[in-house]
Amino acid sequence: MGRIEWAMWANEQALAAGLILLAGGIVGVAGQFRGWEFASYAIAAGVFVCLLEYPRSKRAKGTSVERTGQYCFTVCVKAFGPVTRNYYVRAFLHAALCVPGGFMLATVLGCVCLGIASLIYLAAALRGEHWEPILPRKDTRKPVAESIKSPPQNPPPRPPPEIRRKQAKDVEGAAYDNPMSVTDDE
Amino acid sequence: KGLIKIYIILYQRQYICPFMLLHQHALSWARAPAACLNFNCMLILLPVCRNLLSFLRGSIQCCSRTAARQLDRNLTFHKLVAYMIAFHTAVHIIAHLFNFEYFMDAQLNRNHSHLPFILSEIGNDENVSFLNPIRISSRLTQPQGSPTIVMFTTIAGLTGVVITLALILIITSSMEVIRRSYFEVFWYTHHLFVIFFIGLVFHGFGRIVRGQTSRSLDSNDPDVCADRFEDWGKNESGCAVPAFAGNPPMTWKWVVGPMFLYVCERLVRIYRSHQKVVITKVVMHPSKTLELQMKKKGFHMEVGQYVFIQCPSISRLEWHPFTLTSAPEEDYFSVHVRIVGDWTQALYEACGGNKSELQEAWKLPKVAIDGPFGTASEDVFRYEVVMLVGAGIGVTPFASILKSVWYKHIQNNEGVFTKKIYFYWLCPETEAFEWFADLLQSLERQMTEKDMADFLSYNIYLTRWKEKEAAHLRVHHEDENDPITGLKQKTLYGKPNWDNEFTNIASTHPGSKVGVFLCGPPMLGKSLEKQSISHTEAGVKFIFNKENF
Repeated sequence: MGRIEWAMWANEQALAAGLILLAGGIVGVAGQFRGWEFASYAIAAGVFVCLLEYPRSKRAKGTSVERTGQYCFTVCVKAFGPVTRNYYVRAFLHAALCVPGGFMLATVLGCVCLGIASLIYLAAALRGEHWEPILPRKDTRKPVAESIKSPPQNPPPRPPPEIRRKQAKDVEGAAYDNPMSVTDDE
Repeated sequence: KGLIKIYIILYQRQYICPFMLLHQHALSWARAPAACLNFNCMLILLPVCRNLLSFLRGSIQCCSRTAARQLDRNLTFHKLVAYMIAFHTAVHIIAHLFNFEYFMDAQLNRNHSHLPFILSEIGNDENVSFLNPIRISSRLTQPQGSPTIVMFTTIAGLTGVVITLALILIITSSMEVIRRSYFEVFWYTHHLFVIFFIGLVFHGFGRIVRGQTSRSLDSNDPDVCADRFEDWGKNESGCAVPAFAGNPPMTWKWVVGPMFLYVCERLVRIYRSHQKVVITKVVMHPSKTLELQMKKKGFHMEVGQYVFIQCPSISRLEWHPFTLTSAPEEDYFSVHVRIVGDWTQALYEACGGNKSELQEAWKLPKVAIDGPFGTASEDVFRYEVVMLVGAGIGVTPFASILKSVWYKHIQNNEGVFTKKIYFYWLCPETEAFEWFADLLQSLERQMTEKDMADFLSYNIYLTRWKEKEAAHLRVHHEDENDPITGLKQKTLYGKPNWDNEFTNIASTHPGSKVGVFLCGPPMLGKSLEKQSISHTEAGVKFIFNKENF
């Protein structure tokens, strides 16, 4: 299967599972079903999982695509250091979180989805993947020689067309005033 | 696409409104999306039968080109239907959650003056004409288990959970991130749809949703007898005890047709993959581009089409799409493959790319071809004036178009409808497309020989350039040929000013229809579409066509 990074799929699955758990919990509480305590737990667990899974990890190879507005979540998740970096921890965490969801019909689906996500995270952890925050890239371009400036906005400088034509025939007439002033000291 | 969306919404309204008017409880909320799901699941298999669509496209094309163009948006339609399925599944599940609660309530609330309870009691003994799917035996006073247990012990419940899980896995692996980077995961997980359809068909087999039998409706009319439930069965009341039976499963009627068509589609693909394809020539181009020239018996292509290539020695399950870069007038067909991933790298090595001596013809790998599949490029020749815009790798289908137009002119000068082509090629660098620059050079030479130098006007825009190139350019800008591409028409820099371009073309060709064809990023597509619309006025019409690969 090539260079699949399981964590990317596990992340999508876990985010979906969080949303499903949340939805199931809301239905359970709103409908005042039997066992609605489990539903209220599911709401809390669903929100927690969504917050944890929202920031996408940086890919080991290739370009990473951020989710909209994930930067503040990235900062929060990064603050927990090794706990959130390690995928074994995530796998066991999701496995533990999903268990109470199995006690009520409305949240069973969220429970199973989260369980699957936990298994995929386990696969990712076994392959040695870990979570890397996507941070905005500061322009760490090495100090370049003065002759190379930032990428030009304009086409390469050419004298205006009339002058170009003149240059071929008449060197004197090709002289012109530079439109921008050129001074020695700035 | 808009028409299709409207049709879907109208159809779905037709199902939901009557349900809502007649009943106000959760069962109808479950039944309405179920009906919509039947319809959507029927539709979802159709857009991916690409051989069938190709065939349809060919036969429709003689009747209506607009209809044919709609078929190109098949993947968009597939995704749209998939979103509808997901939405309706969600509504269906939530409604059934409420249903189960009500059914449990009905069994638990043992009050003889409560209609739901009386209805639940029916059939407790005979177990034949019952209504409430949550059964209790007459000896116990509590229903066995919770709704969860009941769900897992009914066919409907079990299949429901299985197919919903399959659906969720399919959806999460189809997210753009996964699809673009890890295609195998997407492709293999997507095959869970087989489980989805099997489960869907069996979902109704338990006949868990029950309705009053028609015979019972004669003796117990709900309008009259609903309030008189305490008197059912008694002689004077005129209302017998109602009898219920399960509704027969309906889903299979909807999906069996498309399932059959899809099976046919896969069989066609397998058949086509066994047709013999011979690689006649392999050309290594600079910047990791491999050109394969092939021949296959009975292969017939149109401009700008693409094929799927499979190489069994590399992977038996992977089919990858490539645009055809040869013209139909040539006696072979070719693709230019950029070596970017595992599969293309393996193909390069199998064709002897990393060996220095020539590869023997019999050592070349066996390949299989599925296709060709059509795109809107075939419409190019129906316009008198054509604007072709290719961005980066999107320039590939235009190789085929330009070659074909040229061949048509050589063979039959008067019969060619297209009189003028404006070609725009936008790329960050011409590396990786030297082969295309070569093609343009040879076309330029031939056109000058035939004295048709202004048939094709091409503009190459380098959107990025490096400082050391600039120095070279400053010195050589007076040269007759462009220093970068070697072409007579100079390379331009930055992005084209579309407003100017469109205005110039509009003034040069008043009163004609100009076809605008793009193969490139969607942002560019949007801006071109806007320009086409804004510059269309009395006389000049710009018609925008987008390729999608």
